[in-house]
Amino acid sequence: MSKRMPRASGYFRTDYRQDFALVQTTLQRLSLAVLILLLIGYPFFASPFHLDLACQVFLAAVGSLSLMLLTGYAGQISLGHAGLLAAGAFTVGILFKEVAAPFWVTLPAAALVGGILGVVFGLPSLRLRGLYLAVSTLALHFVVVYLGAEYETKRGFSTGILVDPPQIGGHSLTDGRAWYFVLLFAAGATLLLCLNLLRSRTGRAWGAIRSHERVAEALGISIAGYKLLAFVISSAITAVAGALFAYYRGFVSVEAFSLFLSISYVAMIIVGGMGSLLGALLGAVFVTLFPYVIEAALLALPGSRRYAGEVFAVNYASFGLIMILFLIFEPLGLVGIWNRVQNYFLLWPFKHRPLAGSGK
Amino acid sequence: MQLIVNIFVLAAIYALISCGYVLIYRVSRVLNLAHGELMMLGAYLLMTTASLFSGNLLSAFAAALLLSLMVGVLVYVFLMRKLTGEMVLAAVLTTIALGILLRGLMVLIWSAQQQYPAQALRLSNPGIELFGGARISTFAAILVVTTAAIYAALFLFLRFGRWGMRMRAAGQNPLLAAQRGINLHAVYALAWSLSTLTGAIAGMLIALDSGLSSTMVIIGLKAFPAALVGGLDSLVGALAGSLIVAGAEVLLIHYVDPLLSDVVPFLVLIAMLVVRPWGLFGTREELDRV
Repeated sequence: MSKRMPRASGYFRTDYRQDFALVQTTLQRLSLAVLILLLIGYPFFASPFHLDLACQVFLAAVGSLSLMLLTGYAGQISLGHAGLLAAGAFTVGILFKEVAAPFWVTLPAAALVGGILGVVFGLPSLRLRGLYLAVSTLALHFVVVYLGAEYETKRGFSTGILVDPPQIGGHSLTDGRAWYFVLLFAAGATLLLCLNLLRSRTGRAWGAIRSHERVAEALGISIAGYKLLAFVISSAITAVAGALFAYYRGFVSVEAFSLFLSISYVAMIIVGGMGSLLGALLGAVFVTLFPYVIEAALLALPGSRRYAGEVFAVNYASFGLIMILFLIFEPLGLVGIWNRVQNYFLLWPFKHRPLAGSGK
Repeated sequence: MQLIVNIFVLAAIYALISCGYVLIYRVSRVLNLAHGELMMLGAYLLMTTASLFSGNLLSAFAAALLLSLMVGVLVYVFLMRKLTGEMVLAAVLTTIALGILLRGLMVLIWSAQQQYPAQALRLSNPGIELFGGARISTFAAILVVTTAAIYAALFLFLRFGRWGMRMRAAGQNPLLAAQRGINLHAVYALAWSLSTLTGAIAGMLIALDSGLSSTMVIIGLKAFPAALVGGLDSLVGALAGSLIVAGAEVLLIHYVDPLLSDVVPFLVLIAMLVVRPWGLFGTREELDRV
């Protein structure tokens, strides 16, 4: 494979090492370096508001990556994502309130709780498919949120649980810039974890299950085991995202984990593009920034004072509309658009990508 | 006694709502998760027609019902028709998105405050004394009677009506039905409009009884377990499921904890999914087809 090519337009890999490489060409390596530099440099120029936006995007990215792993790659639909986030957040809240546990106890605990809940969420998947599975995860979401609400009222935190910022070496983590790097690291680590899972045996097994369960089983893949594994890994990551969310906000309350949150995570992977980690990231950026863009657009309109009270409703309505538009007109999501544009330039003057392996 | 009456009223509410889920699922295998919002839209339409026809009860109701029928057809023609033959899940997600869109629009148009259509129509809601000292409000009584009437009508329609038979055929095997000259799009549109109509009736009656606010969507969502417990493609099942879910909910709230209210239907749902995922009266092979 030529190293000078901007991006491989065909399939030129000739050995396993190349097949395993995450970054393939020089230009890709270069743009990755630029991207990392930009991400590191960003907090030194951004205002606190933009810093907060970036942090929200990273939090959403952790959640959407884990959902993408489960739905986009293993093919198991979940509408209970907010329940898992709530489980992580409440693990932090409860451990903090009851035993004043530090973050290096609560985060692994959240992952553990998430993993256990993953088994619970995943058990129905051994028997149910598609719609029925989605419904069972939806039901479990309500159960988890109910347990959280029960804890809140029984212990007298009916307005929510306040969580102190985590302490690292005597410093408490309150600075926006520090949070930016913590969350950037979390999102980056999740991305790497997903990438590595997907190019290993596990990822291939999930792909096989998604494509055709019966054939996958005939190939010797343990369906039950890999399905549960997908649920456990995805749920553990999600619960950690929920725990980080709790620390970042400093506040845990069931109101934050409504069904709408689950739906917005599903929207992230749809808008971004199913079956693509890049899609999960793009979707997280899109869905997180969308309400702010709508709000800014509304305020820019003449007579904006009149609309001020209705921003929320406009947001809601336009979010639904965008989701419908993507589902009907661009089922491949943002990643589909990105790929089309990219292919146009890569393959010019040709129109179609060669089939994999036909380059020899 | 009061408990039994409460169970029956709640069961009637769930039954009236869940027949909408069943109708659409039976015909097109799509789960309409925007049903709660469509139901609420019916109630808001009644508010509007009530102020339009100031006080004329019958024309207000007739106009609102007609409008909600049209909403159902419009939803199918402009939205769901594009998704026939696509992945079922895409259709379900589209209904979720539709629900979000509708909720936003309703808040924009009618504001989010609690409203009382009964006052707008100048109706009073006196309690009726039943056997053994139990009480039931007038509109709740009307709701129970309406549910019975609608179920009877739907049974007759699906069993003997020409279009009802077409609907059953389309649900059983769309390809064969289409080859026998059944207009699938018309059948689907009919299913959507009927489902929206029954949902809107439920929405109006609930709003008349206890006011109209955004919590109605939750009632709509809670009726869905009732449909699934009974079997998503069976009307008898929807009735049975509603009774079970309503019974469990009222008893558990009364004897255990009022906070349970929102979660009981889903607990019943999970129990059902574990034991018998296709529901009490549902068809078994549905599961593999989804």
